[in-house]
Amino acid sequence: MIDFFYQTLWALDATLRVATPLMLCAMAGIFSERSGIVDISLEGKLLSGAFVAATIASLTGSVWLGLIGAISASVLMSLLHGFACITHRGDQVVSGVAINFLASGLTVILGIAIFKRGGQTPTLSSGERFRPIELWFVDALDNVPVIGAIYRELISGHSLLVYVALLCVPIASFILYKSRFGLRLRAVGESPIAVDSAGVSVTWLRYRALIVGGVFCGIAGAYLSISHGANFVREMSAGKGYIALAAVIFGNWRPIRAFWACLMFGFLDAITSRLQDIDLPLIGEVPAQLMSALPYIMTIILLSGFIGRPSPPSAIGVPYKK
Amino acid sequence: MSVMKPLPRWADLILLPFINLCTAFFVCGIVVYIIGENPWEALLVMLKGAFIYPGSLGYTLYYTTNFIFTGLAVATAFHAKLFNIGGEGQAYVGSLGILLATALFAPFLPAVFVVLLCIICSAMVGAAWAFIPGYLQAKRGSHVVITTIMFNFLASSLMVYLLAGPLIQLGQQSPQSDLIPESAQLASFETFLGLFGVDIASSPLNLSFVLALLALFVFWVLIWKTRLGYEIRAVGKNQDAANYAGINVPKIIIITMTISGAFAGLLAVNEVMGVQHRAILNFTAGYGFTGIAVALMGRNHPVGIFFASLLFGALFQGGAELDFEFQSITRDMVLLIQGMIILFSGALAYMFNPALSKVFSRITKNGANDD
Repeated sequence: MIDFFYQTLWALDATLRVATPLMLCAMAGIFSERSGIVDISLEGKLLSGAFVAATIASLTGSVWLGLIGAISASVLMSLLHGFACITHRGDQVVSGVAINFLASGLTVILGIAIFKRGGQTPTLSSGERFRPIELWFVDALDNVPVIGAIYRELISGHSLLVYVALLCVPIASFILYKSRFGLRLRAVGESPIAVDSAGVSVTWLRYRALIVGGVFCGIAGAYLSISHGANFVREMSAGKGYIALAAVIFGNWRPIRAFWACLMFGFLDAITSRLQDIDLPLIGEVPAQLMSALPYIMTIILLSGFIGRPSPPSAIGVPYKK
Repeated sequence: MSVMKPLPRWADLILLPFINLCTAFFVCGIVVYIIGENPWEALLVMLKGAFIYPGSLGYTLYYTTNFIFTGLAVATAFHAKLFNIGGEGQAYVGSLGILLATALFAPFLPAVFVVLLCIICSAMVGAAWAFIPGYLQAKRGSHVVITTIMFNFLASSLMVYLLAGPLIQLGQQSPQSDLIPESAQLASFETFLGLFGVDIASSPLNLSFVLALLALFVFWVLIWKTRLGYEIRAVGKNQDAANYAGINVPKIIIITMTISGAFAGLLAVNEVMGVQHRAILNFTAGYGFTGIAVALMGRNHPVGIFFASLLFGALFQGGAELDFEFQSITRDMVLLIQGMIILFSGALAYMFNPALSKVFSRITKNGANDD
């Protein structure tokens, strides 16, 4: 029993670590898509954020400069996306694909040019990374059964960026549903012409939505390379941007629901390695590939309207022409 | 806002894409310059690597073959205003069709039939992989962009599972299938031309190249010379109008995606039957995504797609040469070039339109004054 308790605790702990970049990217996706811009470039922003964070942290030794660099790089990518599909009304999917290619290419080319290690950045020392944070009263609570263990293993001991990601979800939700900016942002994704006739700039509103998304993706990128990992490896985003996109759809373009979807996908990822070579009752051994494909399978089933009806923003993907 | 005069046809079809392409290369050149290498030299190395060295042209055309297939896949869907990002996955599972066909037919049928059946099966499995997203788009309203992305990941998981498990070559550690029987292997150009006494340098170029050229022709006939092609383009131009004209829009969407997937599936013919002679892990190597750039640059027209494929073939082959000649630029440069081309020929395709249109209207005005 106690063994099972700790197993669960560790699985949930791993879930949280894996889900962190997903949450941040999903929030980015929600901001962008709620404003009417399809964003399959989450992946590219995540990757470029990760690269710049590791590069700057390694060159300057400062995690904070690394984080700022990651956010700047990711926001720049967002601005490029905006330039192509807001200013020039280009195809949003095409622009997203382009950005993902640019990120894949640039991170490796610049990485080789700067460090000459075949696209990797040097391994960061612990001072150049976000360290785990021991929360207050961990020792004091140790004597309390169950709660003490949960507090120590699951809640405490993550890096700052994990807590930032957890905070981003209610903040994103608050901005979207309780602020004037959020109201307008949701409106511009449903009916840009209505927003325009109310005298609010559709262009600027959508740019701001993309910039907010860029900030989220930048933090997620920094988490990958200077918090969760200790260096940048080529293609280290490994499809997380797409899983986040799936979580956005799964969460029906709402922050809190998308957060749960991220946790679910993270959980699947976390238990995949544990389930290998274990015979489950009734099912038998589950191939790891099936586990890693589950988020995509579930999203496809959801998208096909077999569980509820997804309701994407009405004006999504349509460039606005005055 | 003043009304913009449309560009002359030749400028729209040739000049504007050319300017976009030059811009893409120019920006890549800036990146090369920033990292301290000479962009001009890099370009020369790539050109030499793609066309001049012995065998290099064969390699270039081998890559071209892949890009023709994936480019056609993306272009077919584009004609119906559908975005098939799933070429990668469709091509990947296409190899299963070949493996299946060889297992079923190779033991008792003569080589010609085995090869034909393999080609048909690879197209069919690729088509089936695109049919589902097409069906979901047409009947259940789930967007084909998202579903094809998901299907890429599904294909990848499925192939890893199969190649590392049920289909793995006995006694092998690395995930790859058994060799396909010789009757299903396509002759390389070297062997083929050798039969006629022509001696060329060794390269992976094989008879699939001919199949690719055939596919270009079939595509042209399909899109511009058949009723189905007309319906596909009608759906692409305006779904409501197409519907009003009595075209069954959902049916056309499904058919278009299926044909699109079939073209992508043919990539497996080149890789599995022509080069590797087995299915290996990640043999699609991003060719499916490059198809997007090819279709955008080629303006969804067979002639354009051929030249765009040739350009990307040259980039891939010439890019490999960068590894040997330079310290700090590698074949990854090609990823950047692809990104830039997709950006400038796709998303920003009409960025220079206003400026160009102004230039043209000035020229015509001056011409008028001279009279």
